[in-house]
Amino acid sequence: MDWTWFHRLGSPPHVYRIAGRLTPWFAWPAALLLAAGLYGGLVLAPPDYQQGDGFRIIYVHAPSAWLSLMIYSTMAISAGIGLIWRMKVAHAVAASCAGVGAWFTLVSLVTGMLWGKPMWGTYWVWDPRLTAQLILLFLYLGYMGLRQAFDDPQRADRASAVLAVVGVVNVPIIRYSVEWWNSIHQAPSVMKMERPSMPVDMLVPLLVMLLAFTLCFVAILLVRLRGEVLARERTASWVREVIAQ
Amino acid sequence: MRVGWPRAVLLVLRRDLVLAFRRGGEVVQPLAFFAVVSTLFPLALTPEMSRLRDIAPGVLWVAALLSSLLALEHLFRDDAQDRTLEQFAVSGQPLTALLLAKTMAHWLLTGLPLALIAPLVAVAYGVTLEAMPGIWLALVLGTITLSLVGAIGAGLTLGARRSGVLLSLLTLPLVIPIVIFGARATELAIQGETYAGPMYLLAALAVLSLTLAPLAATVAVRIGIE
Amino acid sequence: MREFLAMGGYAAFVWPAYAVTALAFLLSIWQARRAHRLALEAARRRLAMEEGEQS
Repeated sequence: MDWTWFHRLGSPPHVYRIAGRLTPWFAWPAALLLAAGLYGGLVLAPPDYQQGDGFRIIYVHAPSAWLSLMIYSTMAISAGIGLIWRMKVAHAVAASCAGVGAWFTLVSLVTGMLWGKPMWGTYWVWDPRLTAQLILLFLYLGYMGLRQAFDDPQRADRASAVLAVVGVVNVPIIRYSVEWWNSIHQAPSVMKMERPSMPVDMLVPLLVMLLAFTLCFVAILLVRLRGEVLARERTASWVREVIAQ
Repeated sequence: MRVGWPRAVLLVLRRDLVLAFRRGGEVVQPLAFFAVVSTLFPLALTPEMSRLRDIAPGVLWVAALLSSLLALEHLFRDDAQDRTLEQFAVSGQPLTALLLAKTMAHWLLTGLPLALIAPLVAVAYGVTLEAMPGIWLALVLGTITLSLVGAIGAGLTLGARRSGVLLSLLTLPLVIPIVIFGARATELAIQGETYAGPMYLLAALAVLSLTLAPLAATVAVRIGIE
Repeated sequence: MREFLAMGGYAAFVWPAYAVTALAFLLSIWQARRAHRLALEAARRRLAMEEGEQS
């Protein structure tokens, strides 16, 4: 098995070039899928029996929520790889994930609130999913705050990597405890943001949007990654060639 | 003279306790903070005992949490500054064990006293004496976990800017499960009901953090003293 | 068309939700591109300084 492709992933100039070449391959399909998903979700899917057209918020809310978690895991895994194998590129990937992940978390919160107001009457309920998303936002902000608190980039990388790994181990515990807390105190479940068994014509646009959001994330990640790699390698000789282009 | 690690652990533990007692304030301040914060809520809300009894679990836990956080700042900072931590790292003794000794000293100086005086505060919130064993047990378990998890944050923020606020921001989301289970156990104890469920969960968290948190704290401290 | 915009009465919630999502995407993309651009400029400046010292 030829592992050179893997070893090359540790090489910043290589990653810089590949990230640049790959970006359109994610960006354009993402745009297309977004258009398709939007059309499917806003036009094709029938109104919900209970929630009418209001349920259509799910097509932006659910993908954002799912992605906010997935990005955090990606961030933690690449941070862990960077910590264990001391790969600069892995740390750069983790750093690139943070901002995007925080945005998705914020979107999931705002869209969740906008969904909640017509459905249960208030903008905020301490329901387990919204509360867990809020805590996730705090985790992202803590990670970004820790990164910024160090002048030495290597220290920032490694300290925040430990935090990310500790955080990702904690996330299931936090989610469990929040659901437990809610089940103790909650009256019968008011909120049904869960995926009730959805008819196919409602479900397909959701999956399309999920895929579209994921591709968008990768495209944005690739752009950020290029910036990160470049910023970390300012003095290396390969940078001169890049600038000359 | 080669010292075995258990003895080294005891030496570090004793050293931290002696130093803290010499500085007196370190022992008293978290307790005083706990008392002051607990006094604020009745002043801010109501002197009505029945309402205070309702909010007692929440107040006890948030106040205990904040007091512990204040004391966490000093867990590694002083020793990092005078290079004692570096000495620990190159001493040939397992760093994890030595840091665990410091964490346990922190708990003995902060968490345990908080758990002990919590019943006094609880009485001020209209809680009857039958609830005290449950409150005490929950706070003991919870503060142990708090010290262990807080040590990770304390290690991570060594040499960071605005480390005080940052330490709290990092640690608070991570200890939310402790607050949830602990406050629920306290609430049940106050109501006179069985509190075994959340208490077991609290104990599980303590065991989990006892096994995992020191490892993370060691990595964090190593990064911090490079 | 008007029916579509009205979203069965939920327009005041559905459209802002989509707008916020779009805004977040745009901001994220803008941030990423900006960071890349700033890194390039910083590298250029450093290179120019180095070559200035050499000459």
